[in-house]
Parts: sequence; C-alpha cells; structure tokens
Amino acid sequence: MQEVLFLIPALPLMGFLILSLAGRHLSKQVIAVVGAGVVCIAAIVTIWLGINFLQAPPENGAYTETLWRWMSVANFNCSFSFRIDALSLVFLFVITFVGALIHIYSAGFMKHDRDYARFFASMNLFVCAMLILVMADNLVLLYLGWEGVGLCSYLLIGFWYETTANVHAANKAFYITRIGDTAMAIGLFLLFRELGTLDIPAIQKAAPEHFIKSSPLITSIALLLLAGGMGKSAQVPLQTWLPDAMAGPSPVSALIHAATMVTAGVYLVARMHAVFQLSPFVMNITAVVGAVTLLIAGCSAMVQTDIKRILAYSTISQVGYMFLALGVGAWSAGIFHFFTHAFFKALLFLAAGAVIESLHHEHGIFKMGGLKNKLPIVFYTFLAGAAALAALPFVSAGFFSKDQILWYAWSANGGNPLLWLVALAGAFITAFYTTRLMLVVFWGEIKTDISEPPGRLMTWPLIILALLSIVAGFIEWPHNLMHVTLFSDVVQKALPPLTEKDIVPSEYIFQLIAVAATLTGIYTGYLLYKKNTAIVAKWKEVPALVGLRNFFFSGWRFDQLYHTLFVRPFMFVTSLNKQDVIDKIYTGIVSIFQWLNGIFSVSQDGSVRTYVISVLIGIIFILALQFFL
Amino acid sequence: MILVWLIVVLLSGGMLCWLIARWNPMAAKWIALFAVLADLAILMNIWLQYGRGTHTSTDTWMIQYQTAWIPSFGISFHVAIDGLSMILLLLTFFLGTLAVLCSWKEIHNRTGFYYFNLLWTLAGISGVFVALDLFLFYFFWEVMLVPMYLLILIWGDKNRRYAAYKFFIFTQAGGLLMLLSILSLYFTHGAKNGTYSYDYFSLLNTQLEPATAKWIMIGFMIAFVIKLPMVPFHSWLPDAHSEAPTAGSLILAGLLLKTGAYGIIRFVLPLFHQAAVDIAWWAMLFGVIGIIYGAMMAFAQTDIKRLIAYTSVSHMGFVLTGIFAFREIAMQGVVMQIVTHGISTGALFVLAGMIKERLHTRDIEKMGGLWTSMPAMGGVAMLFTMASLGLPVLGNFIAEFLILLGTFQANVLLTVLASTGLVFSALYSLRMMQKVFLGPTTSGDKLTDITARELIILATLSIAIVLLGLYPQTVMDLLSYRLH
Repeated sequence: MQEVLFLIPALPLMGFLILSLAGRHLSKQVIAVVGAGVVCIAAIVTIWLGINFLQAPPENGAYTETLWRWMSVANFNCSFSFRIDALSLVFLFVITFVGALIHIYSAGFMKHDRDYARFFASMNLFVCAMLILVMADNLVLLYLGWEGVGLCSYLLIGFWYETTANVHAANKAFYITRIGDTAMAIGLFLLFRELGTLDIPAIQKAAPEHFIKSSPLITSIALLLLAGGMGKSAQVPLQTWLPDAMAGPSPVSALIHAATMVTAGVYLVARMHAVFQLSPFVMNITAVVGAVTLLIAGCSAMVQTDIKRILAYSTISQVGYMFLALGVGAWSAGIFHFFTHAFFKALLFLAAGAVIESLHHEHGIFKMGGLKNKLPIVFYTFLAGAAALAALPFVSAGFFSKDQILWYAWSANGGNPLLWLVALAGAFITAFYTTRLMLVVFWGEIKTDISEPPGRLMTWPLIILALLSIVAGFIEWPHNLMHVTLFSDVVQKALPPLTEKDIVPSEYIFQLIAVAATLTGIYTGYLLYKKNTAIVAKWKEVPALVGLRNFFFSGWRFDQLYHTLFVRPFMFVTSLNKQDVIDKIYTGIVSIFQWLNGIFSVSQDGSVRTYVISVLIGIIFILALQFFL
Repeated sequence: MILVWLIVVLLSGGMLCWLIARWNPMAAKWIALFAVLADLAILMNIWLQYGRGTHTSTDTWMIQYQTAWIPSFGISFHVAIDGLSMILLLLTFFLGTLAVLCSWKEIHNRTGFYYFNLLWTLAGISGVFVALDLFLFYFFWEVMLVPMYLLILIWGDKNRRYAAYKFFIFTQAGGLLMLLSILSLYFTHGAKNGTYSYDYFSLLNTQLEPATAKWIMIGFMIAFVIKLPMVPFHSWLPDAHSEAPTAGSLILAGLLLKTGAYGIIRFVLPLFHQAAVDIAWWAMLFGVIGIIYGAMMAFAQTDIKRLIAYTSVSHMGFVLTGIFAFREIAMQGVVMQIVTHGISTGALFVLAGMIKERLHTRDIEKMGGLWTSMPAMGGVAMLFTMASLGLPVLGNFIAEFLILLGTFQANVLLTVLASTGLVFSALYSLRMMQKVFLGPTTSGDKLTDITARELIILATLSIAIVLLGLYPQTVMDLLSYRLH
C-alpha cells in the first residue's frame, strides 16, 4: 500500500514534464488527455488509498514512504518522504478529486487558447506541488510544496501575460505570500535550533516536552508559522493579493484561489497543532485574525461588481471562518469547512467562468442578468453553490460546516461571545451578498447576449460539484440533531480533541439564531435587489454611504496603505540610488588623482628656467635642513 | 602529477589555439573545447576513483603532488585536492566547457587569442583551487587576472576600457595587499621556526601574536572580499560584468568570484583561526549588508547584465555570512551556494547574452513580451529566475536554506535580516522576468527561439541546477571529505 504513495504527486509531475517539454508538438486533444488524465488517475489512486486507509487503518495512523535522503549535514537530516494520515487524506482527496474535475472543465474552457499546453503544464505542476505540501513528512519538504504552489499560482495568475495588469497581479501575489513564507522559514530555523529536527512526527512528539507552555519561544515559533499561513491563505493583513489574483483564468481561481492553495495555511496550522496548542496566545490571535478577516472581506464582497472579485472576497472570508475554527480549538470543524468549501467555492468559480465565457468575457454583474433561462444548467448548479455559501439550512453542505464553527466560536474552550457575534454577522453578510449575486446575475432582464452555452466537458464537473455541495455536509451533523460524525471520526485521529466550556447554553438556540441570520441576510438581499430596488438607488445619493461603499469596494484601502507605506518609499530609495552611491567613493578617488595630476604637471612645463629654479630651491632646502638639524 | 596535467592541458591548449587560429579559427574553437573537456574527464576520473570510496577521517586529501620550485626561498610546486577543491574544479571545467560553447558564434575577431585568454584564465582559476603553496597561489591568482582583463578589454562592449581598468585596479590592489601578507607571514614564520617556507602545511602551525595575526589576516581578507565581492568593494563588478563578453561574465560570476570565497575558507580560517573568530560578527554583518544592498541595487537597474551583476553581490553576501557563522550546516550551505550561484547566475548571463545577440540592447525597458516569440527561452529564463530567488527543487534553495539554518544558531538578528533577502530576491527577479519576457510584445520582428547549440548549453545548466536541488547530498558528501 505504502509503496504507491509516490505515484500521487509523480503522476501530475509526469504530466507537467510531458506538456512542458513536448507540449508544442502535441495536438490539443492529446494535451487535454494528458493534462486531465494524470490528475484523474491520481484521484483514483487517492480514492483507492483512502478506502484502504479507512477499512484497515495503519497501526501508527499513517502511511509513510521514504524516497531518498535529501540532505544530511551535521545533525540536520531530511528526506524526500511522504506521510499520509487522516488529515492529509482529506486534503489529498479534495486536491485530486476537485482538481480532476477542474482539469476536465478546463479542457473545454480553454479550448480556444493559444497556450493550451502551457496552461495544463502549470496546472499539473500546481497539483504536484500541492500534493507534496500535504504529503510531506518534514517541514522542509512541506516548504518545497509551499513555494511550489506559490510559483504555480504566480504562473497561472499571469497566464495571459501580455496584459501588464495581469503580470502585476501575479507579482503582487508572489511578493506578499513571500513575506509570509520568509516568516515561516524563520520559524523553521527557530524550531530546528530548539528541537534539532524538522520531521513533523518528531516535532509533534518533542514539542510538548521541550517547550514550556506559553513561553515566549514557543509563542514566537507559532506566530512565525501563523504568518506563513496568513500569507498563503490571504488573511488580514496579507490578504490584498487574492482579489487581484482573479486576473488568472477561472479554473485557476477555482483550483488554486478557492479550493486548495489558499487553504494551505489552514493545513499548516492544523498540521502543526502540537506547536499551536502550546501557545494559547497564538491560538487566540489565530481566531481573531480569522474573525477580523471574515468581517473585512465579507464587507468588501457586499459591494463588488466584478463577479470573480465577489467570489474572491468571499473566499477570503470563508477561509477566515476556518482560521477562526482552528483558533478556538475546533480543529475538526475548521477542516470540515475546508472540505465543504472546496466543493461549493470551486463550483461557484467554475460556474462564474461559464457565465463569463458565455457573455464574451464580461465580468461586471450589472451587465449580466436574466441568465436563469438562458443557461439553465449553470443556473441550477450556481444556485446549489450559492445555497452552500449562504449556508442554507439542511439543503446545503455549507450549513453543516458553518453551523459547527458558529457554535464552537462560543462554546469551545478558546471561544468567546464576541467571536461568535462576529461570525454571526459574517453569516448574515455572506447570505446577503450571495443573494445579491444570484439575483443580479440570473434574474432581471437580459443585458448581454450569450454567445454559446458551455459544452459537456464544462457542465459535467459543474453538476458533480453541485451534487457534492448539497450532500457533502450530510456526513457530519450537528450532534444535537443527529448522531452522524463520519468526518470528525476520521480526522480526529490526526488532530487534538476538542475541549468545550463546562457551562454552555443550549445548542438549539444558537442554531436558530444562525438560521435566522442566514434567512435575514437572504431576505435583505431579496428586498434590496429584487423587491424594492429604489432603496439602493436612494442610498446612492447619501455621500456618507457612498464613501463607505467606496471604502469597502477598495478592500478597506489596504492597497493604498501599503502603497504609501512600503511600495513608494522602496521605489524612491532604489531609484534614487540607481547609480550606486558607493561607486562615488572610487570615482572620487580617481578625481582627486586627476586633480593632483593637474597641479603637479604645472611643474613640468618644459622651461629650463623653472627646472633650474626648482633644483636650486631643492638644494637650499636640503642645506637648510642640515644646517638646522 | 595528474593535477599538473590539468593545468598544463589548459595552458598548452591555449597556446595552441593562438597559434593555429592564424590558419584555421574553427580549429581553435575545437581545440579549446577539447582541452576543457579533457580536463573535465580527467577530473571525473579522479572523483570516481577517490571521491566515492570510504574514507578515513585523517585522509582529507585525495591527491597531492609536491616538487621543489625555487628551493632557496622555500617555494615549492605543491598542489593537492580535497573535497572542496574537487567541487570547485568540477564547477570550473563544467562552466569552462559552457564558456567555450557560448563563445562559438559570439567572437569573430582574433579568435585564437580569445581562446588563449579564456583557457589561461581557466588555468589560473584551477591553479588557485589546487595550490597549497602560498607563493604558487599568488602566482595563479595573477595568472587568472591578466587574461580576464584582456577578455574584457578586447572583446567587451562599448565601455569596455573603463570596465577593464577598474576590474584590474581593484583586483590588483587586493592582490598586492595579499602579497604583503603572504610575505609577512613567510618572514614571521621563518623568524620563529628557522625554516623559511611558503608551504601551506608548515605555515598552518605558525604561532602568531594576536595583533600580528590580525593584520596579516586583514591583508588576505581584503584581497578575498574584493573578489567576492563584499559591499563596499563591489563596484568593479557591475561594470566588469556588463561590459565583458558572455563567456567573460559567465566565468566572472561563476568562478572568479568563487576564488574569494575559496581563499577565505582555505587560507583565512585555518591560518588565522582566532583572528577570524574575532571579526566574525563584522564579517557576517557586512554579508547581510551585501545581501540587502545588492538586492536593492538590482531592483533599480535597467541594464540586464548590471541587474544580474548586482544579484551576484546579494547572493555572495550569503556566502560571507555563512562562512563566518562557523557552523558546519552553514559551511555546507556556503559551498552549495558557490556551486549553485555559479550555475544559476552563469545561466542568467548566458541568457542575457543570447537576448543581446538578438535585440542588440541590454536595456530591459526596450524589451518585453519576449515569451511570445521565444517560449523555450522564456521557460528556461523562468527556471533560472526561480533559482535566483531560491525556489525549492532548485539548488540555490538548498544553499540559502542551509546557510540561514546554520547562521541562525550563531546569530539570530543577523539571520533574520539576511532572510529578508528572500523577499528582496523575489522583488528583483520577478521584475526582471516581467520586463523582459512578460508584458505586451514590443519587438516587431520575429525572433528565433533557441538554437540547437544554445539548447545544449541551457539544458545542461538546467539539469545541473535541478539535480543539485534534488540530490544535494552528492556535493555535501564530497565536502565532508574535507570537513571531517
């Protein structure tokens, strides 16, 4: 069983190599078969492995495979070795399965693109790197995957590189995540100095013995790792790259910037739970970061007009929920939300891509409208995804996962009423902007004619994801309603148990409030964008509200802030010193010598008289010296 | 004796090139290629023979050869290789081969003399990496300087005269200080022990007063950090790099800079251990300054070769910091950095040369969107851009990671500052990629993508950098041959 682990990342890697080296000589059909095929096979291997894992769990809770010794210097050892436990398995499943669907969809979506091979090559490389990230047995290998997904994200955001704005977006994504990555790297150095190892199981084992709980040391380590996670997962204050990352093709947004890569931070925190648990302070920070992020991004999502930017902000916000869950200690709930979110957010992006493609690359939602009857399959699948995003009770996967998080935000040991309140407000906001999106895009009158409806390669992945967005939640019910805990039973093996407060109010009340918040959100959306559109029109005349709207629209002006604080000073300093001020020292020395040369060459004017005089002066000088000394 | 052959092959090959080119310039190219390949083969043979076997901790030298040269002054022809020399020699002949190949079409005038200089520079560099007699070391140090100076002066770009003078004066100033230091070490040692000798092993045991040791060491250090180069002695580098022909830049970046690092590791640390420990903090600090300053300078450049030159300043800052951390992990990282920087920066210069051949400009503001017409070159450029910003899977990551991992144990603050180099390297690398290969297409005429000869060069470099990233242990095992 364990011997085939390497196949899972090796298959997409093979696809990447074939397509990048020989892609230009292959027909589009072959490219699609190779590009999507390898990921599909990887998905099948993963599912087969998963079934085996669940039927006969390995003794120590993980499959492991070591490929080769990577580095071994002094006391530092690390290998190319994989380790799959329950947590990795969830991620593996999502990456390969959702990844395979997105690849199939892309075969149709990108069919007119000139760089078909480059697209699939980058996508395959991404899948490979992401798989290595979640399968890594040590933090260095994890870091390899971590940087690898960053590279692929950069390549794919800037896929249409001839537009300068796209390249800028790609660079920005790379820069900002690199800041987080560097913090994380420093965290690794610190961990290694303390524990002498970077193997994940060894850290899990040694950390509780080595570190004193809440000591500054463990707090710094956890903070540094968290910073890495925040960069990749677009959490405040490192969130600004994600909305711009929508410059990439829609399948890229679905795979990288919704389902998988942006949740790498969640994976990292969950994977390093032994470290985070030792620092309750950092756990609190994680929860607060999540809460702040979900609110900030949610507010921005309410006022966006670009369909993909709405989804981007909503992704930031949903990942914020995951961080919140992890922070309060509801590990399994956070991972569960990742699981359901991957389906419905990938679905939403793919469906949005289908809409955009059908409307001649139109992104603005207010130029869409009335698509309900024109694109029925897209409509119904989008509806399923939207329901899940809004957490519509019982008929959507999002409800089950978000309900857990809301509940634990209060009742878990690390939770408190304020976090719960923010999460609740987030639920309201989410329901509101989702409704707004649905109504504006699919109802009303037709504003842009559609070119051609999406083909079957694109609709089947939508349908499958739509089904999953509805049913994926059923594997884990709120425990006061029905005792189904298939999901947490599995992942709990790899995660610490949840501890709840001793005295908590009844869960039913919380569920009712959460449902009420969702429904109110939906109704508000309905009221403002369908029933009585005059209200919004009236608000647009109030300057304060317009100012607030613009503030939200710009993503709370984070970009402007960073521009003033970092970008402009850096550009100024570097351009000021383009000629290298240090070189001036040397050119200065040269000038001094030239100047001296000018002075002394006066004495060499070729006139015998001057020479005689200077000889005489010299003689007198020497005689004088002898006389006086 | 085989070590002497390594150098003799290059020296005589160079002479032969010069002579034969009068009648047939093509033959000169083939002779040059054959000479470096022969050396590469000889060295591989030695490596397979000695490098792989089990070794005892006392036997750090694979091969030694010693014969009297000027016995009355205690000068001998003493050469030897250990793991460190082996790694650097492999790099020398590897890059040397590519340097010959990438000059194939670029050099049209005085071909024979060009290859003479190229091979003699390589001979000087190999000599530096094997010499164990300080006088001999100094001799080779000069041998590599003069031909390099001529390479820049004769076959360089528009501003070549200025660049060549600057290169010569900087290096020579350092070289003379080193000569002074060598002489004072020689006389101090002689006065104490009665035997006057330039031999490395005799000098190793010299008991020096701390103050004397410090001053002598500073002479060596200045020579080496100018070569490295360390900020603020770096300003010869951008000029020399940007004006030199492609092969010149390749050798400068890939090998010449490495002689500085090699000198510190081979001579400064063992000869003046205590004095080196005393300046460790300052050396690390200047390394960190170099990392950040070089990166910021690179970010501002618009001349592609100047840009790459400043990235070298930044990367070599890691070397200086790593050496003076005095940790085995960091030292392994330093040697990896020497090798991988040679390959990745060398590759970037080769690419810059290829672009210049096609566009006849080095100004990145006049480039853009080259990916469209040259996707293969774009792909390779992306690979080496990523190598330069330290992406895992590629060798440079191993180097920088190990250096930082090691230095962190020595000094937390400086390591954290050095780590910001990872962010800065992303800034300048992606900017370069954007300006040259991405963005809207500017060049109207169709450019030819890489040719077969260029493909061989770039593919070799690409495979090397990936292999070093995935199996760095090969290099590390070779080095631990020395460290044990």
